Amino acid sequence: MSATTDETQSAVAADIADERLIQSQGLGGQARAVWNRLKGGELGMLPVVIGLIVISLVFYSQEPTFLSSKSLVNITLFAAPVGVIALGIVLVLLLGEIDLSVGSVSGFAAASMAVLVANKSQSLIVGMIAGILIGTLIGSVYALLYTRLGVPSFVFSLAGLLGFQGALLYVLGDQGTIVLPTDSGLRQFARERFLSDGAAYVLLAVVVLAYVGSQLLLVRRRKAAGLTPPNLTMVGIKAVLLAGGLGFLTYYLGIDRGWGYLFVLFVALVVVMDLMLRKTTWGRHVYAVGGNEEAARRAGIKVGRIYFSVFAATSTFAALGGILLAGQLTSVSQSSGTTDTNLTAIAAAVIGGTSLFGGRGSAYSALLGIIVLQAIQSGLNLMNVDSSVRFMVTGAVLLLAVAIDSVSRRVRSSSGRG
Amino acid sequence: MSATTTEKPVTGQTVLSLTGINKRFGAVQALTDVHLEVAAGEVVALVGDNGAGKSTLVKVISGVYQPDEGDITFAGRKISVGGPSDAQALGIATVFQDLALCDNLDVVANLFLGQERLLGPVLDEVTMEKEAWRLLRTLSAKIPSVRIPIAGLSGGQRQTVAIARSLVGNPKLVMLDEPTAALGVAQTAEVLNLVERLRETGLGVILISHNMADVQAVADRIVVMRLGRNAAEFRTEETTTEQLVAAITGASDNVVAARASRRAGTTDTTEGAGQ
Ligand SMILES: Nc1ncnc2c1ncn2[C@@H]1O[C@H](COP(=O)(O)OP(=O)(O)OP(=O)(O)O)[C@@H](O)[C@H]1O
Ligand SMILES: [Mg+2]
Repeated sequence: MSATTDETQSAVAADIADERLIQSQGLGGQARAVWNRLKGGELGMLPVVIGLIVISLVFYSQEPTFLSSKSLVNITLFAAPVGVIALGIVLVLLLGEIDLSVGSVSGFAAASMAVLVANKSQSLIVGMIAGILIGTLIGSVYALLYTRLGVPSFVFSLAGLLGFQGALLYVLGDQGTIVLPTDSGLRQFARERFLSDGAAYVLLAVVVLAYVGSQLLLVRRRKAAGLTPPNLTMVGIKAVLLAGGLGFLTYYLGIDRGWGYLFVLFVALVVVMDLMLRKTTWGRHVYAVGGNEEAARRAGIKVGRIYFSVFAATSTFAALGGILLAGQLTSVSQSSGTTDTNLTAIAAAVIGGTSLFGGRGSAYSALLGIIVLQAIQSGLNLMNVDSSVRFMVTGAVLLLAVAIDSVSRRVRSSSGRG
Repeated sequence: MSATTTEKPVTGQTVLSLTGINKRFGAVQALTDVHLEVAAGEVVALVGDNGAGKSTLVKVISGVYQPDEGDITFAGRKISVGGPSDAQALGIATVFQDLALCDNLDVVANLFLGQERLLGPVLDEVTMEKEAWRLLRTLSAKIPSVRIPIAGLSGGQRQTVAIARSLVGNPKLVMLDEPTAALGVAQTAEVLNLVERLRETGLGVILISHNMADVQAVADRIVVMRLGRNAAEFRTEETTTEQLVAAITGASDNVVAARASRRAGTTDTTEGAGQ
């Protein structure tokens, strides 16, 4: 708050000079600004966070072990592989496109890896790299189909959905199932490796310090440029909330096994992707192409390259997710990556708040969305409910998420937020 | 993007020269054998009726469309503008008639789209925001915040953003396709001032407008297009509005001329300014 009354700034900062701008100084002002954004249909992550709280309370009231440390650790672990796939879906959705084949690609990549390692006696690393590159290659072909031939993404990814399911069966041959050996590094990484308490708290401290440091740097640079700096009190509050929240989670999960390597990898991918989307030219261009492709092209953006990078990244994430899933389930089978994986990944991205209409969304929606879906699945499992119910509940949640997206889009257009 | 060469254009030297440009869309021959020259430090107005091919010509120069035939010479070199990024690298900045802004991005992001300022590997938001305010102030823009999505701006505010966009970077030629159509009185005056400032700094300017008063106020030369062809060319100081209107409509016995002759006696010359 003190920053805005800074004596050294003779004139009002350029960005708050317009008298029609509703001033958002001080804590009350900040709260009002947030409220106005919400009223204007800029919901962001709010629905999914509320949904997560409601889901937790409902399951907790039915089955208190739902919120036990063990149960939460399981949720994080099981969420991670499909979450990685969902991260790729977020990218295509940002362009207003879709990839229906991520499930099949994940299964095919995992099977290729397993066959290379088990039958062709390649090392695990070689198998994994090959599997991931298969994903990249598939995505590159998709990109060519899209940019050169103009095939709609719905169509070629539907073809991929069928085609790579066939490829999975073909690669597995008459083996049916390939089990990863117990000493397989992948299997151990996905199932048995956890951050030690010390490492977890160090990581937490690094994250909080990085946040505070970057905000302080921003304050300095904005002041120097004569713009209003971020509110220091708010930065402090957010840092305390971040440290407190992560600290509590670390403590609570630590009662059981703690943060799994698998989940840490997933979150790291989400954070890196978020930074790339928000802070790099590439990310800016992804949003631009998703918002108005023609405007992006006329601004000199190589639109084809953006499509290429996104389709390739989506399939790469799908392959990586499939390989991690294989490690977690300890095997690859003919049912690896079938419809369930596919639709869960797509649903997660949408439930997390990424718009189906392109140009809006965040990497974090993959994280939040998949946690919601995994929480539902775990909760229903704990209550011994049949998987038929799970599908129906998941369907209802997805419908709700899409409805929220559509309604907030309407509200936005009537309140001037596009 | 620093692909532009740094040498200052010499006033009077030809920046852009088009010869024999043809462009067709299916059955429509939008441009037929069009030629056009723009010198550094010169404002050329491009006028003509709706559908005369003005916007199409601008899009050919800016690389949005490829001409079917014809040569484009820019800064003394024959070029082919393969796409908008080529045009941008050459130093051709365009304000399109349909503005071409991304609704989901904020004002700063739109202003610097395709020419983002970087701090190491990441976007330099602070510098871009500061620069955005400077650009908008030079246009007397009335924009409350540069951090709201473009969708939340009025038509004129969007147009101002689109015009400010063309000043980012280091262009040698600026093309403005009906830049003042949605602007208020003060903002229109600022855009006309801006055009004069661009001329003084030695840039070539192509201005498309249906407002004859504006055109006559700032242009050095007026090129009239009709049905996709060059119809006439005037030096502004030697031209009357009637001559312009006659050239645009292609006949002296048209509605506008008829109205003017009915009102003969009054020497009002603003008659042709209507759209
Ligand atoms: N993308 C397109 N596809 C087909 N025809 C087009 C296309 N763009 C323009 N045309 C045609 O080319 C002709 C010239 O259009 P253009 O937009 O250049 O006119 P203009 O002089 O800018 O008119 P206005 O004053 O209305 O802006 C019109 O007949 C139009 O129908
Ligand atoms: Mg036009």
